[in-house]
Amino acid sequence: MSEEIIKDVIVGENEDYIINMGPQHPSTHGVLRLEVCLKGETVKYLIPHIGYIHRGIEKMCEANTYQQIIHLTDRMDYLSAHMNNEAVCMVVEDAMQVEVPERVKYIRTILNELNRLASHQLWWCAFGMDLGALTTFFYGLRDREMILDIFEESFGSRLLHSFNTPGGLMHDVHPNFQNRIKEFISYFRKKLPEYDQLLTGNVIFQERAKGVGFMSKETAIGYGVTGPSGRGSGFSCDIRKIAPYGAYDKVQFNEILETGGDVFARYQVRMAEMRESLSILEQLVDNIPEGDFTAKMKPIIKLPAGEYFRRVETARGELAVYVVSDGNKSPYRMKFRTPNFSNLFVMNEIAAGCKIADLIAISGSLDLVIPDIDR
Amino acid sequence: MGLIKSMKDEDFGDNESLELLKKSGGNVFMTSIDSLLNWGRSNSVWPLTFATSCCGIEMMAAGASRHDFARFGIEVYRASPRQADVIVVAGTIVHKMVPVLKRLYDQMPEPKYVIAMGACAISGGPFFYNTYSVVRGVDHVIPVDVYIPGCPPRPEALLYGVMQLQRKIKGESVTNPGELPDIL
Repeated sequence: MSEEIIKDVIVGENEDYIINMGPQHPSTHGVLRLEVCLKGETVKYLIPHIGYIHRGIEKMCEANTYQQIIHLTDRMDYLSAHMNNEAVCMVVEDAMQVEVPERVKYIRTILNELNRLASHQLWWCAFGMDLGALTTFFYGLRDREMILDIFEESFGSRLLHSFNTPGGLMHDVHPNFQNRIKEFISYFRKKLPEYDQLLTGNVIFQERAKGVGFMSKETAIGYGVTGPSGRGSGFSCDIRKIAPYGAYDKVQFNEILETGGDVFARYQVRMAEMRESLSILEQLVDNIPEGDFTAKMKPIIKLPAGEYFRRVETARGELAVYVVSDGNKSPYRMKFRTPNFSNLFVMNEIAAGCKIADLIAISGSLDLVIPDIDR
Repeated sequence: MGLIKSMKDEDFGDNESLELLKKSGGNVFMTSIDSLLNWGRSNSVWPLTFATSCCGIEMMAAGASRHDFARFGIEVYRASPRQADVIVVAGTIVHKMVPVLKRLYDQMPEPKYVIAMGACAISGGPFFYNTYSVVRGVDHVIPVDVYIPGCPPRPEALLYGVMQLQRKIKGESVTNPGELPDIL
């Protein structure tokens, strides 16, 4: 009897304690709201609320021409701007049955890998900062500026360079392009071990990353978690290997797979991918063939009526573009399957049972870009 | 008008609107308090960690090693609006975000400033102004002090915008804070 009375005194013991993380929260990397239900310090479940940066890009595509759509896709996943552009370009090229010159394929692949490197560097500094290591922020962005310099020299833009156009590139790359990349490769090869010394081997970091946020291979496949986050659980999902595009069939590289499934495994996949990107760059940079920078295209692009589908590997996973055309100069319907959308909704599965402090590590390890979720 | 070290007034653009802040005459005691307060306020403008999209990445780059925000005294990004002086609206604001942004602004202590960074915050963006969900300019929601054009603006542009804000702060007076017109 007395036990029951004491039980009743604890106010709200059987009620859910809800806190809101976001929309303005530094660790959500944008405007994402997570409704977290807690029991003490432990997460019972969480509900992601999206739409705080919904700009209606898919609907806007229906009113724009294919050349204009390229510029919208930049702003979806701004850290993989180049890959997004390429996905739309490849859909149009497939539909028009245009064969792009070899030079274009090589340059596009090089830019993909540079963009992937820049994205992973930014992820590394933000992830370190989420876990309380401020130095990573300065180290990562210092090296990222080198890549941005290469971008700026060739395209005149640092972050969002709508450099691809259906059929090829906007213009040819700068004469310094190859030299700058070679400089960067030798520079970054020396700097990468520094990253490991600073963060990977850190005891505090390992304590917070190992064994946290376990995602099984079944969960990854079930939720469609792709990219480095999925590969950290052993889900082989690299589009560059499964369906090679661009010049990926001409280079030797490994698909990085880890079987740990925790935050640390996802961290290691991204670190290894940076090395892999460097080796891809090394193989390609000296072999850019001479030739045109664009195939011959009509000024007004009208896709023949039908349905078209293409997918690419962005820095965060699989981006698929699905176009329904009715023969006009703008698509009837355009659908983007963005990687971050699937990567976000697995969070409820893997965060349940974790402490709330680990939620920050988990959301950092999934490397979410919010405008890509909302479109 | 207070000067920014190593950059003359005529090197800046938009000197005409700053002229409006200049006041003739005034109490000797109050003006010296003004100059002391403005010196302090303008050299420690703490921004709120608030970024909705792409411009936030350039804002991060401006805070990092190469561009180094901290030279202008705005190094400390605060996660809580209670501790922030300036909100840099970096990115698109959609209708769902408006109440949140308004609340963040209201929670900031006076004196507070707003920088609209990038085309989206100024006018709804180079492409998104025509969408059903996007607010066509953040000045529909909160008053903006400095506009920085670009998509996204370079970190240097953000630095320039911050320097303009500092000059604006230096023109303020305790007796007549901000530049509220007499109609209000």
